[in-house]
Amino acid sequence: MINLPSTFKISLRALRVNKMRSALTMLGIIIGVSAVIIMLAVGAGASKKISEQISSMGSNLLMVFPGSTTAGGLRMGSGSQSTLTSSDAEAVKRECPTVEEVAPILNGSAQIVYGNQNWSTIVYGTTPPILYVRDWSLTAGRIFNDQEVKGASKVCLLGKTVVDNLFGDMDPLGKAIRIKKLPFTVIGVLAEKGQSLMGQDQDDTVYIPITTAQRKIFGREGSGITDTVRSILVKTKTTADLEPATGQITDLLRQRHRIGTNQEQDFTVRNLTQMMNVAEQSTQILTLLLAAIASVSMLVGGIGIMNIMLVSVTERTREIGIRMAVGAMSWDIRLQFIIEALTLSLIGGVTGIIIGFAAAKAVSTIAGWPTIVSPFSIFFAFGFSGLIGIFFGFYPAYKASLLNPIDALRYE
Amino acid sequence: MALIETDELCKIYDLGGSSVRALSGVSITIERGEFVAIMGPSGSGKSTFMNVLGCLDQPTTGRYLLDSIDVGGLSGDELALIRNEKLGFVFQGFNLLSRTSALENVELPMLYGNVPASERKRRALRALQSMGLDGWEKHHPNQLSGGQQQRVAIARALVNDVPLILADEPTGNLDTKTSSEIMELLVKLNLEAAITVVLVTHEADIAAFSRRIIKFLDGSIVSDVVVKKT
Repeated sequence: MINLPSTFKISLRALRVNKMRSALTMLGIIIGVSAVIIMLAVGAGASKKISEQISSMGSNLLMVFPGSTTAGGLRMGSGSQSTLTSSDAEAVKRECPTVEEVAPILNGSAQIVYGNQNWSTIVYGTTPPILYVRDWSLTAGRIFNDQEVKGASKVCLLGKTVVDNLFGDMDPLGKAIRIKKLPFTVIGVLAEKGQSLMGQDQDDTVYIPITTAQRKIFGREGSGITDTVRSILVKTKTTADLEPATGQITDLLRQRHRIGTNQEQDFTVRNLTQMMNVAEQSTQILTLLLAAIASVSMLVGGIGIMNIMLVSVTERTREIGIRMAVGAMSWDIRLQFIIEALTLSLIGGVTGIIIGFAAAKAVSTIAGWPTIVSPFSIFFAFGFSGLIGIFFGFYPAYKASLLNPIDALRYE
Repeated sequence: MALIETDELCKIYDLGGSSVRALSGVSITIERGEFVAIMGPSGSGKSTFMNVLGCLDQPTTGRYLLDSIDVGGLSGDELALIRNEKLGFVFQGFNLLSRTSALENVELPMLYGNVPASERKRRALRALQSMGLDGWEKHHPNQLSGGQQQRVAIARALVNDVPLILADEPTGNLDTKTSSEIMELLVKLNLEAAITVVLVTHEADIAAFSRRIIKFLDGSIVSDVVVKKT
C-alpha cells in the first residue's frame, strides 16, 4: 500500500518548508562528497603521471651502482668510488642470459656553449643501446655508431630543453657546440620525455659517446684508468627476468671484482622498475587513505541528517498522528522519512559531485596538478551518499512509525 | 447486522503501580444509519471508548466487532487499514495538515488507500463541493475559518465512502452559529448518505441533533436513550 510518487512529493514539500535547515544539513554531505571526488581525482591524476613517468624511464630496468669502499678502515658512502668499468658492462651483456641489453653511463654536469649562448646541463657518456634500454627515440638526426664510440668522436645528441636554450628555433643538426671548451658536432635530437619520477627534467641532457666522456670530458688526468663508468643500465628480456638477472649480475660482478664470500661487495644492483611500481602503489594507497578520510566527513554529514530527521519527527508528531488516523501504515510513515533523508543526502551528493568536479578542474588549471574525475568516483560518491541517507534516515523513520496515534494526535 | 457491536469492553491503564479502569464492561450495539451522541463528564471514559471505536486503541478485555470484523488482536497495520476503509474522524482541533491545501488534505485517506491520482482529485473535489467549499480547494488551513476547516475535515472523513464517522467534540472550537451549521451538515450526511455518526459532546444542544444519547460515568454506561425516531 505504498505510493512512491506521492510520498516523494510529501518529502520534497517538507524539505522546502525548512529551506535553510535543509541546506545546512546537506552541507555536511556536500563537503564530504566533494572532498572524496577531489581526493580521488588528484590521486588518479598522480597515478597516471607516475605511470607515464615509469614508462618514460623504460621498462624492465636494473641499475648497477658502485658500492661503498673501505679505505684504511674508513668506510665511504655508496658511489664514493668508481669501481665499475665499461668492460663490466660488456661482461654483463655477454654472460647473463636474462639480460637483453646494457648501457654504461658516465655522467656529470658541464657548461656547454653555442655561439653567444651557454647552458649548464648534465652530460651523459654512453653507448648506442641507451636509446633501446630507455625506450627513447630521436626526433632528428641519428645516434652515434660503434665506430664513433670506439674512436671517442666528438659528436653529441641534445635533449629538447638544451636545444630550446641554445638554439631557440634554429635547427641544431650539424652545428658545432662546445662542451667544456671542446668542440662537438650535433648529430641528433632526442624526443621529449618530460619529468622523471624524481622531478628532474629528462630533456635537459646531452648524450656523447662513453669513450669521449671517459677520456676527454670527465677523465681524471693521470689516473690511468680510462674505462670507469658511473653506473650501468640493464634491460632484461621480461619483467619476470628482473629477479634472476639481479642474482646473475651480482654473481658475475663479485667474481670479476674478486670479492670473497664474506667481503662486502663494491657495487649495488637496483631494480628500478620495482621501485617505480612501489611508488605507484604507494600513491594509490595514499589516494585511498585520503578518500577514506574524506568519507569520514560524509559519515559526519550522515549523522547531521539523522539529527535533523529526529528533530523533524518530533516537530511533526501531530502530522504523523493525523496520517496514522486516516490509515497510514508503518511503512508509509517510515518511507516518508527515509525518502526525506534520502532526498537530503542525494541532493547533497549531486551538489558535492558538481562542486568536487569543478574544484578538481580548478586544481588542474591553477596548481597545474593533473586530476582525473573517474566515472567510478562519481558513482561511488553518489551511491555512498544514498546509502548514508538510507542508513541514517532509518532510525528516525522507525521511531516515527512506532508513535502511538492517540498520543501523536494529542501532541502540542 | 449491526455496524458496531461491543461486548464487555474493559480498558485498564497501568500508571506505575496503580491501575486506572477507564472502561469497565461496556456493551453496546449501534446499527447502521444511527446518529449517536456520547455524553459524560471528563474522565468518564467516553474518550477512551471513542479511541477503541476508532481502532486507535485496543481494549484490555472484551470484544469489538466493527462491520462484523473482530478488531481484537489485529496488528497496527491491520488497524490502519480498517481506519482507512471503515471510518472517518472529525476532531475538535480539526487536525488538518498545515501548509497543505484543502484538496490535498482531503486526498490524504485516498493516498493511503492507493487510489490513483486522477481519481483522488476527482473524489476530493466532489467531497469538498458537497461541503460547500467550491473554490476553496487551493487554500491552506490557516487561510480558512474554523467552520471551513471543520468542513474540510468532514470532507476528508467521508471521502473514502466510509460507513462510520466518529466526531470528537466537533464543535468545541466553534461559535454557536457555525456549530449548528456543522451539526446540520452531519445530520444531512446521516440522513442522505446513510452514514452512521457517533459524536462526543459536552453540550446538550449539540447532543440534541442526535437521535440517541448515551451517557457515560466512571467507565460505564449510565443511560442509553433514543430521543427521536428517524
